[in-house]
Amino acid sequence: MATMTMAKALNAALADAMLDDERVVVFGEDVGQLGGVFRITDGLQARFGDKRCFDTPLAEAGIVGFAVGLAMSGLRPVVEMQFDAFAYPAFEQIASHVAKLRNRTRGALSVPMVIRVPYAGGIGGVEHHCDSSEAYYAHTPGLKVVTPATVADAYSLLREAIDDPDPVVFMEPKKLYFASAEADLPARTAPFGRAVVRRPGRDATLVAYGPAVPVALEAAEAAGEEGWDLEVIDVRTIVPFDDATVTDSVRRTGRCVVVQEAQGFAGVGAEIAARVQERCFHALHAPVLRVAGLDIPYPAPMLEHTHLPSVDRVLDAVARLQWDDQPDPRWLTEGSGVPA
Amino acid sequence: MTSTPQAVRRASPRKRRPATPAAPHPSAALLPQAEPVRLLNPDGSPLPARADYPEPPLAALREMYRRMVVGRRFDAQATALTKQGRLAVYPSSRGQEACQVGGVLALHDDDWVFPTYRESVALTARGIDPVEVLTLLRGDWHCGYDPAARYTAPQCTPLATQCVHAAGLAYGESYQGRDTVALVYIGDGATSEGDFHEGVNFAAVFKAPVVYFVQNNRYAISVPLSRQTAAPSLAYKGVGYGVPSEQVDGNDPVAVLAVLSRAVAHARAGKGPFLVEAHTYRMEPHTNADDATRYRDADEVEAWRDRDPITRLESYLRTRDMLDDAAVAEIAEEAEAYAARLRDRMNAQPTVDPLSLFEHVYAQPTPQLAEQRELLRAELAAAQEGDA
Repeated sequence: MATMTMAKALNAALADAMLDDERVVVFGEDVGQLGGVFRITDGLQARFGDKRCFDTPLAEAGIVGFAVGLAMSGLRPVVEMQFDAFAYPAFEQIASHVAKLRNRTRGALSVPMVIRVPYAGGIGGVEHHCDSSEAYYAHTPGLKVVTPATVADAYSLLREAIDDPDPVVFMEPKKLYFASAEADLPARTAPFGRAVVRRPGRDATLVAYGPAVPVALEAAEAAGEEGWDLEVIDVRTIVPFDDATVTDSVRRTGRCVVVQEAQGFAGVGAEIAARVQERCFHALHAPVLRVAGLDIPYPAPMLEHTHLPSVDRVLDAVARLQWDDQPDPRWLTEGSGVPA
Repeated sequence: MTSTPQAVRRASPRKRRPATPAAPHPSAALLPQAEPVRLLNPDGSPLPARADYPEPPLAALREMYRRMVVGRRFDAQATALTKQGRLAVYPSSRGQEACQVGGVLALHDDDWVFPTYRESVALTARGIDPVEVLTLLRGDWHCGYDPAARYTAPQCTPLATQCVHAAGLAYGESYQGRDTVALVYIGDGATSEGDFHEGVNFAAVFKAPVVYFVQNNRYAISVPLSRQTAAPSLAYKGVGYGVPSEQVDGNDPVAVLAVLSRAVAHARAGKGPFLVEAHTYRMEPHTNADDATRYRDADEVEAWRDRDPITRLESYLRTRDMLDDAAVAEIAEEAEAYAARLRDRMNAQPTVDPLSLFEHVYAQPTPQLAEQRELLRAELAAAQEGDA
């Protein structure tokens, strides 16, 4: 066991994958000599040479489209988008080609690749550096969408993403990059499609992913002091989604709060809440609630704490889970449901 | 291409200049010639031979003629099939046969082609089953042929996006020690898309063996070239990326094959990408659903009829004793038989399987897709029971 950051674990996963499979090539903006602006590719060029790890022109559609061609030629590209919002120019390539080539060609062509996207906020970044863009990818059939919340998962999920026969959008929570934990590499945790119970509990289930997982865990600890024993599920792979683990938990606890950092409207949390409601209706003692970012463009650094789901907001939501069988007063108003 | 200082010297005879010629401007080797390369007159008579673009072998030109004739007949048949409701839509390339076939003939069989939706004739000229070529437009699936087996990417609809794929594929091939060349078909309008520029730039920076082949047929649906660019011609777009470029008369089959062959040789020699612009004309509307009379005059279309690439090549090959009446008739007969076979096969209703919708989304269906597949299976079974 060694203590290491998530950034270091991701770096080790890339290095080990390059060592194991010479088809793996890593490229993007500043990933070569610099090692990436977050140093996730640190040392790879020196170790594997500039054919295996290289800088490209500054053009995200070009990077992803180039990866499509490389994958067609038999290589295994792993590309870095420098920041969440800088990946938008690549969206056409991702939605129209990366996600669809297998389907368009009835399986004759596949383009296994990993698109790494540092995402979400909490780091005091100026505008266009803190978007939670996972819902765009999760809404696109043909992509797998993965987001680690722990150091061991960061290593394991990235190794699996590189080995996977399908294209994977690998969402890295920036604020967790430099959080340390004990990890024993090369770690292999649960496979794709498996959520994990991070903290067992009996009274209610918190479902979270990526940067919201530590918030949910902290809230669960605090809730213990108020007499609630909360279960926390880390989704890990948004696509494919693990209905079974979530459903099993909520059927036991009867209450559920979904926590995500992204703006709430039409988000991944909305999908999870709907799925829980469809599958667990008769076990539920309260509506499934969501704690999400506000439905606003990501705010400037001095205001971001107002936007981000906090432990207090999660606890407030838990408090509204109709423990005394009383309806939630927020939804008892006439008309739109907005409290007077 | 080297600029000559002669005129300047004559104008000021007393000023003695050193005899060493001025270094050529760095862009000189990249710029296209001021006029499109042409080896045949519109009537098929040959222009003087030139050293930079030697005439392709006559046997290749005769084969080009054959494939152009069959391709045009295929194109007409596809248009007819659309009118009969057998195809959802068909974008004709009538008039562009020199480009369609030339791009294919300039390549080896295991070089890659990156076509757009207008390249049906190029694909049939590559030997791909015409029914598989038309799968996309008939609508029983998206891509009907196996791209890996035919070294041909799926016909690309999102404009210019294939430009970057070709750069990646060609680089990946050379990275793995293969001498594959990738040829990209793209239209004039699509050169305004960002991915055209990113593709050409990536190919240049990584010295990827790609030929970008712009078929400038004057219109992007209805929008004329003057609304796409202020450049002297589209071939001038290469210089900014350090990519050598050429422009060619796209209705002169001999010139098209000569220019593309040189571009492919340049790429295969490891010198990086090459950009070719062919000046041509789409004789038909954008697709059967388009009304071209709303944006161009009949006179303009008529003028291009006189520059038809097939009659031009036929007339030249006759003067070179590579074709006679009997041979022309034989090829026309072959084209008729090709079209008749296609018509018969396309008249058979294709079978589609709704449950196949869940295959090939991922390598293995997700639990959610497996669930939806079962629901659809039950829905279909219930419907069948209702019918019975």
